[in-house]
Amino acid sequence: MAIEIGRVKEKSIFKDRIMSLLPDGGNLNACLTCGACSSGCPATGLENMDPRKFLRMAALGMDEEILNTDWAWMCTGCQRCIHVCPMRIDIPALIFQVRKSWPREKRPKGIRGSCDLALKHDTCSAMGTSEEDWHFVVEDVAAEVRETQEGFEDLVAPMDKRGATFFLNQNSREPVTEPEEMIPLWKILQKVGANWTYGSKGWAAENYCMFLADDEGWERIIRTKVDAVEELGCKVWLNTE
Amino acid sequence: MRKSLGDPVAEELRFVVRSVVGEENFVDMLPNRSNNFCCGGGGGFLQSGLADARRAYGKTKFNQIKATNAAYCITPCHNCHAQIHDLSEHYEGGYQTVHLWTLICLSLGILGENEREYLGSDLAQVGL
Ligand code: SF4
Ligand code: SF4
Repeated sequence: MAIEIGRVKEKSIFKDRIMSLLPDGGNLNACLTCGACSSGCPATGLENMDPRKFLRMAALGMDEEILNTDWAWMCTGCQRCIHVCPMRIDIPALIFQVRKSWPREKRPKGIRGSCDLALKHDTCSAMGTSEEDWHFVVEDVAAEVRETQEGFEDLVAPMDKRGATFFLNQNSREPVTEPEEMIPLWKILQKVGANWTYGSKGWAAENYCMFLADDEGWERIIRTKVDAVEELGCKVWLNTE
Repeated sequence: MRKSLGDPVAEELRFVVRSVVGEENFVDMLPNRSNNFCCGGGGGFLQSGLADARRAYGKTKFNQIKATNAAYCITPCHNCHAQIHDLSEHYEGGYQTVHLWTLICLSLGILGENEREYLGSDLAQVGL
């Protein structure tokens, strides 16, 4: 006679959804319950949860319980669990599906706000920085270095330079909260003689819509960035995040 | 890095770090490479409003950093920098958190006065 474990639901959304995502036809039932994932996951113990437990709950169809904990927002998607799993089970992919199942307005405000701001301008900045403000900061900081630092009278931070080899992006906090942190990077690029450029559009490095599990926003941001790089004909997209 | 390009590319960064700080000043943390622990700043955690959980997650990283006895921890991106810097302050770790670009410019003697926010008092005046 089969033993009933927990409150097994007739149908599990997560299980079905995640099964189609697992590589090489593997499935959630392939979990050996060895616990290797949990023993090396820094989120183990938070909310009385760990990756193995989360996975087992999904496998048992406990969707409701899974949605009732914030734990899905405490997994960073670092993939260490996959790395150590003998069955290569993609737990972060399951977690992404769980995030996606939260109503958008219930997802963490900070992540949602950053995603929404990034969608406001073609800069993709999670701080909501416009193209004008971005131009101003970069030029202002570069001008000050040229005036005050010996040996860097010619320092430039090129903007929209067509045909540059490298398209450099920047975490959007830097131009806003600590613009001087951009300078060392410019100096290094100048020293090595790199042919690089920033772009007016798509320069922000981060993508909070991905973390929010907002597929549409995520895709829009990636497309905006790719278009910006291609528009300038750059060969390499240098992501600093 | 390891997620997209794998461990080998991180070896090149180790070469850069060793060249910049000197072999004798380089300490690799344990575990490392693909077996390393995430700092807890990623995945949106820094923006999630779940600060207590984020710091509890980061305690693993904090302990790992402290075990090296190093005075500086080099971070690869803004996100890790913010988290690891916060962990040092919160748990009173006493280590500095720096970007690699800061150390590269410092070693080349081209780090400006206003670009030293994250250096400790031991290095803050070097090369000025
Ligand atoms: S490491 Fe893999 S097989 Fe082991 S408990 Fe975790 S998911 Fe299951
Ligand atoms: S991806 Fe998530 S569940 Fe897996 S080890 Fe990292 S934090 Fe833990």
